[in-house]
Amino acid sequence: MPRSNPTPWIVATLALVLACALAACGGSGAGSQDSTAAVTGDVGSTPVATGKPSLAGQTITLYNGQHEQTTAMLVSAFERESGVKVEVRSDDEVALGDQIIQEGSHSPAAVFYTENTPVLEHLREQSLLAQVQPSTLAAIPSRYDSTQGVWVGVSGRISALVYNTAQVSAASLPSSILELAAPNWKGKLGIAPSETDFQPLITAITKLDGAAAAEKWLIGVKANSKTYPDNETVVAQVNNGESAVGLINHYYWYRLRDEVGKSGLHSALHYYAAGDPGDLLDVSGAAVLKSSSHQAAAQAFLAFLVSKQGQEVIAHSHSYEYPLRPGVSPNPALRPFDQLDPAPITPADLGDGAAPLELEQKLGLL
Amino acid sequence: MSTLAAAELRARRLLSGGWRRHGRPPLVTVLGAALAAALVLLPLVFLVIQAQQEGWAPVARLLVRHTTVVLLWNTVRLALVCAALCAVIGVAAAWCVERTQLPARRIWTVLLVLPLGVPDFVVSFGWISLEPGLKGYPAAVMIMTLSLYPLVYLPALAGLAGVDPALEEVARTLGLGPWRVFWKVTLRQMLPALLGGCLLVTLGLLAEYGAFEIVQYQTFTTAIFTEFKLGFDAAAACALSLVLVLLGVAALLGELRLVGRSRLGGLRSRTRRRAAPLALGRATAPVLLGLAALCGLALGVPIGSLVYWTVRGGSTTLPPASIFTDLLHTAELSCAAAALATALAIPVAAAAARHRNAFTLALERLAILPQALPGLVVALGLVSFSVRYLFAVYESAFELIVAYAILFLPLAVVGVRAAMVHASPRLEEVGRSLGRRPAAVWLRVTLPVIAPGIAAAFALVFISSATELTATLLLRPTGVDTLATQFWAYTSDFSYGAAAPYAGLMVLISAVPAYLLSSRLAALARTARA
Repeated sequence: MPRSNPTPWIVATLALVLACALAACGGSGAGSQDSTAAVTGDVGSTPVATGKPSLAGQTITLYNGQHEQTTAMLVSAFERESGVKVEVRSDDEVALGDQIIQEGSHSPAAVFYTENTPVLEHLREQSLLAQVQPSTLAAIPSRYDSTQGVWVGVSGRISALVYNTAQVSAASLPSSILELAAPNWKGKLGIAPSETDFQPLITAITKLDGAAAAEKWLIGVKANSKTYPDNETVVAQVNNGESAVGLINHYYWYRLRDEVGKSGLHSALHYYAAGDPGDLLDVSGAAVLKSSSHQAAAQAFLAFLVSKQGQEVIAHSHSYEYPLRPGVSPNPALRPFDQLDPAPITPADLGDGAAPLELEQKLGLL
Repeated sequence: MSTLAAAELRARRLLSGGWRRHGRPPLVTVLGAALAAALVLLPLVFLVIQAQQEGWAPVARLLVRHTTVVLLWNTVRLALVCAALCAVIGVAAAWCVERTQLPARRIWTVLLVLPLGVPDFVVSFGWISLEPGLKGYPAAVMIMTLSLYPLVYLPALAGLAGVDPALEEVARTLGLGPWRVFWKVTLRQMLPALLGGCLLVTLGLLAEYGAFEIVQYQTFTTAIFTEFKLGFDAAAACALSLVLVLLGVAALLGELRLVGRSRLGGLRSRTRRRAAPLALGRATAPVLLGLAALCGLALGVPIGSLVYWTVRGGSTTLPPASIFTDLLHTAELSCAAAALATALAIPVAAAAARHRNAFTLALERLAILPQALPGLVVALGLVSFSVRYLFAVYESAFELIVAYAILFLPLAVVGVRAAMVHASPRLEEVGRSLGRRPAAVWLRVTLPVIAPGIAAAFALVFISSATELTATLLLRPTGVDTLATQFWAYTSDFSYGAAAPYAGLMVLISAVPAYLLSSRLAALARTARA
């Protein structure tokens, strides 16, 4: 409602209070009232219900914790394809998770799309997620899906080491993440221990080398490192030389490269040896909320995320993630997906991430 | 003739009768104050319910570890030192602007308020870009002092303008030197305003998270956010937040003691003039340099980094047309929130000033408490409440406005309260004794006196709402973006160049109330005094 108001400001604001109150009463709940026709999924076999009359014209709400720009591209492709309108609500995935728990059975969300799986596992423990259609789960290798079939893996990213090319030679880089706990890396390492990507590393070391090794590694890393609030900061600080090397996921470096340009780039990406606990594939997933009255449309959206078309949107976006559907190749700038041989850690191993968190708190990293 | 004489007689009796307790407060005040109390209690009740849900075992696990002592110590020493520094900087800056012949005074008045319009995530982002090694206690003290001192500067400015220069002149004729006049007369007169500002700084620090995360300084609130972010344990996080509430209550009681001791006497000023501004003379250059350094550090660093990224960033494009919609949303929501918070603050402050008893004082303290609560806690409380009892407003603009009003009610209360001490109840009584209706008296007598406080309250809430992020993300109507949410979306994608214009606009729309405020504030305060 763009209007200029010549009256004194106090009158304008009082009018605004009223207008907003009215707008609130009129506008709230839009998007959840239409079409009760489509109830629990009998869409069955068709992965994407193209133009199916029962879905077109419906509106579903997507709670989005993923990369916002890529989600916007996926949503508009899906809207064209299905006729379903998707309203997107973006926030930090954990805040959204907390919100869904508070909302309980009233949640306006039909679909929850996240960067990491622990938050989905947490909602599963609260029995808030519906079963995903078998055909959707089948589109993605089962090791990237929920063991209970309540969320589906959509895309992946690989954990790696970013290094400052002026300070470190490629030859001196470790083949295992465990080496970074050694004293020769003292003061050179940058980490973001409060990021959701950090705990999976601890879980992987615990699983492959035992709890004692994980604790020892964490103590060494803590002594060696500067801690940063997030992965974006880690990669930026390595790039500008504040830290020599940093623990990140591969795509942060590619995104930084796009922003700083060739002249501003003073870093490169290093991968650990195949199967090393540092060579970890983190999965981004999506789920349907049990409480939603738009099960069919929500399932159709999940089906679209893992369809060839949806996966290609991810492959071509600015987010530099690996699509998980076999046969869809990632951005050519990335190491080809089939050349990756990550550590045998599944999202189920990661669980809701409580154990590594307690270890971090015990050692004072958080 | 006789009625007029009778009225005059009554007025004289009232004026000579000293401070008189009023009877019961008017119904409007009671209702307004009750509504404010209910809104503030909402997130607190939510905290207790959440904390009880999961029992105290996880809380005990987090509280009974040696880190807790470190966190408490970190929190307390930061709060005390920052409040003291903000007091010194805020008062010094306000004094230079209000009491000296400062060149380009009008511009300084605005510039000095503006750091409030730079969100903490932009400030820390700027500092980290400039000085990547910045971390720990000194960094936290510096960054927080630079971004919070306006909370003292603004009330100090109003307080200073409200001080009657005649009192100072009398003190000087009695042989007091300039420093002692300042200490014994000026500072004493403006103390309630000053303490109110310091209280806001202290409580704000309790709730701060973003900046500390970046400079790696751990406080109690960073521990709470870890529970939210990584532990998925809202219950434990809420239980820990109750510790923040306790710390907040301690700060509130402390301020109450100090204010109580410094209660102004019955002496009211009657002059309408500004104190003769001091010629700075040879001090001009150092004073200008000092103010420039302050603004340079508080404003220049974050804005400089925005400019840098606009020029250098690979994602820099012409902002999409939707930026105007986002701007409009931000302005509308913030205006409404500022109006609501100010409207709620007036009865709270009025009740405490006019009907001072244990109950109204407790109410006023309660209204200031949300300042110590992280936005996430308040927002989740509203989510929980509206989902259960008022689903019609869930994820509506109305709910977001209410959330802002709760979060920033403390700023409004402190603003109005500082002005209220200058509004003599006896003036109102005189008005009433002359046969005016109470409402008319309030409009003609009280309102003009507290107008500077109302303006300050409105501006503070507007600026804070326009830069709010956590609660906005949680409560905004689906599909509605504000400048802050867009900035967040772009920076979490590394698109610093594309994000910069949004932060720039945030600073710009904060400049509007900052300008109106600072150009009117001193004049209003002087008018009010008369």
